[in-house]
Amino acid sequence: MQKKLILDANLLDITISRLCQQLIENHGTFDHSVILGLQPRGVYLAELIQQRLLELCRKKIPLGYLDITFYRDDFRRREINKASELRIPFSLENKRVILIDDVLFTGRTVRAALDAMLAFGRPAKVELLVLIDRRYNRDLPIAPDYTGKAVNTMASQKVLVELQAQGFKQNKIWLISNP
Amino acid sequence: MSQLSQSHLLGIRNLTTRDIELIFETADNFKSIINQPIKKVPSLRDVTVANVFFENSTRTRISFELAEKRLSADVVNFSASSSSVKKGETLLDTVNNILAMKVDMVVMRHASPGAPHFLARHIKANVINAGDGTHEHPTQALLDAYSIREKLGSVAGKKVALIGDILHSRVALSNIFALQKLGAEVMVCGPPTLLPRYVRELGVRIELSVRKALEWCDVANVLRIQLERQQLKYFPSLREYTLYYGINLQMLNSLNKRITLMHPGPINRGVELSSDAADSPHSIILDQVENGVAIRMAVLYLLANRQV
Repeated sequence: MQKKLILDANLLDITISRLCQQLIENHGTFDHSVILGLQPRGVYLAELIQQRLLELCRKKIPLGYLDITFYRDDFRRREINKASELRIPFSLENKRVILIDDVLFTGRTVRAALDAMLAFGRPAKVELLVLIDRRYNRDLPIAPDYTGKAVNTMASQKVLVELQAQGFKQNKIWLISNP
Repeated sequence: MSQLSQSHLLGIRNLTTRDIELIFETADNFKSIINQPIKKVPSLRDVTVANVFFENSTRTRISFELAEKRLSADVVNFSASSSSVKKGETLLDTVNNILAMKVDMVVMRHASPGAPHFLARHIKANVINAGDGTHEHPTQALLDAYSIREKLGSVAGKKVALIGDILHSRVALSNIFALQKLGAEVMVCGPPTLLPRYVRELGVRIELSVRKALEWCDVANVLRIQLERQQLKYFPSLREYTLYYGINLQMLNSLNKRITLMHPGPINRGVELSSDAADSPHSIILDQVENGVAIRMAVLYLLANRQV
């Protein structure tokens, strides 16, 4: 197994700051904006972004947790992980939604997320923010609006995100290849 | 990974404690989904479920049908009274004919104990027992235990009294299995004629006085007197039963603690339970009904993911 570091703690910090600046450029005062973190791992990133935006513009943007387990398109076709908590304590009607996940790979999770989201109202606009965009691996026509880092990967490789919020010692993001 | 150990739900007896916990955790997710503005998820959109009811039912059948529809399954309903069973068709033939129309899951209620077990051996579909005679009613026991967990935080260590017609009750047997697997203490209480002879071997306490049972328990699950199954006279009259075993609000208020009151329905108001008790704040009867849909969604979802 080969492990290559894509982002270390320092670079990740800079990346998150940049993503937040880009969000501020587009959302201004965030009056009608909400953040949705994708369960299970996107929520850690969503919390980091919410915290950083709070520091930058002194505003706490509403954060929801979206679980897509029951909206997947591969149920009964492969093993499926247990569902996580779904908590969206606000309506999405006419909101500008920032959908956040850690890694964008085939795009199927995002497809399911768009489907799941509609149960909470019709948003005015939906944007996608990802930390790692695995280029050339998409199964569906889905592209991120905000990208932390784009990497060229093969389908056999894996991206491993280790965040302090998940219990790791240091924030690190790895690319793992099995020979 | 998260899968049940079984591909059918025939009884609580066949489930492991881990299975029950998995069903509860999945039901938690579905409970939040059925409280969302759009209550439907697409998980079972390529699954067809047949609800085959050889016995009458309102709650269980509506609950299953809603659960199936909220999971986007296609549903066909069948009830014995309006079918060819009346013309002499056997159980296996009836079900095989339904399966020939490409049905993936069968939810069955039948008056004969073991009917779903027989079916599960002979057909290629997931079978869910919705009550077989006086044997088991697994989804009812699951939703009862789930409601206790929701109300009291956990089932382990709690004292639960099942009061009433234990002899004819499939709810009682499934409840005993489920509660014991989850670590609760179980007591059965009723007139001696309505307590099965071998119930002691299941490791439950036996109590003849309803007053003492209420004083002992944290949760009282009151069962219906099943007159339709009683071919003998087990007690002199309904009035006398009510006098000795009926529960009313005054009794609940006279206890020196607050207990939780449950009933699987349908209630014979004024027989095993008075109206003031059934509608009191002690009662979680309507929560049980709401939880029933979430539990049945969890069972259907988890079984659909199991190959037969």
